[in-house]
Amino acid sequence: MITRDLLVEILKNVADTIKENKELLTDLDAAIGDADHGINMNKGFKTVSEKLDTVKDKDCGTILKTVAMTLISTVGGASGPLYGTAFLKASMAVNGKMELDNEDIIKMFDEAIKGIVMRGKAQRGEKTMLDALIPAYEALKGSLEKGDDLSEAFIEAADAAKEGVEYTKTIKATKGRASYLGDRSIGHQDPGATSSYLILRTVANTLNQQED
Amino acid sequence: MIGIVVVSHSEKIAQGVVELCSQMGRENIKIEAAGGTGDGRIGTDAMKIMEAIKRADNGDGVLVLVDMGSAVMSTEVALELLDEDLRNKVLIADAPIVEGSIGAVVQASMGSSLEEVKSVAEQSKSMIKVKE
Ligand SMILES: Nc1ncnc2c1ncn2[C@@H]1O[C@H](COP(=O)(O)OP(=O)(O)OP(=O)(O)O)[C@@H](O)[C@H]1O
Ligand SMILES: [Mg+2]
Repeated sequence: MITRDLLVEILKNVADTIKENKELLTDLDAAIGDADHGINMNKGFKTVSEKLDTVKDKDCGTILKTVAMTLISTVGGASGPLYGTAFLKASMAVNGKMELDNEDIIKMFDEAIKGIVMRGKAQRGEKTMLDALIPAYEALKGSLEKGDDLSEAFIEAADAAKEGVEYTKTIKATKGRASYLGDRSIGHQDPGATSSYLILRTVANTLNQQED
Repeated sequence: MIGIVVVSHSEKIAQGVVELCSQMGRENIKIEAAGGTGDGRIGTDAMKIMEAIKRADNGDGVLVLVDMGSAVMSTEVALELLDEDLRNKVLIADAPIVEGSIGAVVQASMGSSLEEVKSVAEQSKSMIKVKE
């Protein structure tokens, strides 16, 4: 179960993680893109962190919708409409809820991925954030279905996302800026997959800290 | 009269295309720039695009020209954020922004429909510039 307050804490921690990894994400994007992914993401999540204080007493759907609208209007790169749409679809799946159970979380994650696919028209294997998110979703769902608790399931999700990031090194980009590089994108890890992994790892860490 | 919006990652490119088009002397056409992010970085901003679409519309609809990558995605988000009335009268052209915008402005100034303006903008894709 993720309560509203825990959701806010997770989102604040995500903003901190993005800030700490701003340079890593930008350097990864410098290799195969336009060297702005860390700047874009940090701009977005810094603003999210500030906005959260104004909605932290609202329901989970409203909080996630605020995250979505903030990312859409502040990020600037492809990750803005993509993560923005992801959070918007997730918010719609949990409208009015004050806490999120496992079913809600699976639904949110599924809707978020569908939103990214709808917006970016990419599939798994095109060297994008989806190469981290889809295996993470599958791992999370599988873990919950075999009876693990949520904090354990998010560790499995983050581990799967990490493997997905490694996989992006082996393939060529066919979507986004990096696709202009063609085969020369092989050998580099995708910045968007990396930010997705960092977000999931932060969710896992926050949930596991709760338990100790 | 159809309005035109030019979306680019660069504020200067968007403004430059608008400037170029204004030179065609079609003062009756509303052509709006939506370039860069709200805080002056290179990038695209759905809110900025949405505002530009609202300004460009005078009732008949708006054609949006976009450069690459997130310009398309941010414009699609902008469309989703618009009121349905206006959203139904906005199309995105699959065309290069400079040539496409010039074609669109000329066609729009003749009072053509949104579909006609879009089609002319998209014809610029197959325009041959240099003959071997
Ligand atoms: N069509 C797409 N579908 C899914 N993910 C995508 C797509 N295009 C880009 N991405 C992801 O976005 C990341 C890049 O995000 P970033 O914020 O740097 O945007 P950008 O590529 O600079 O945007 P722009 O299109 O404005 O140049 C990539 O690493 C990739 O994971
Ligand atoms: Mg980039």
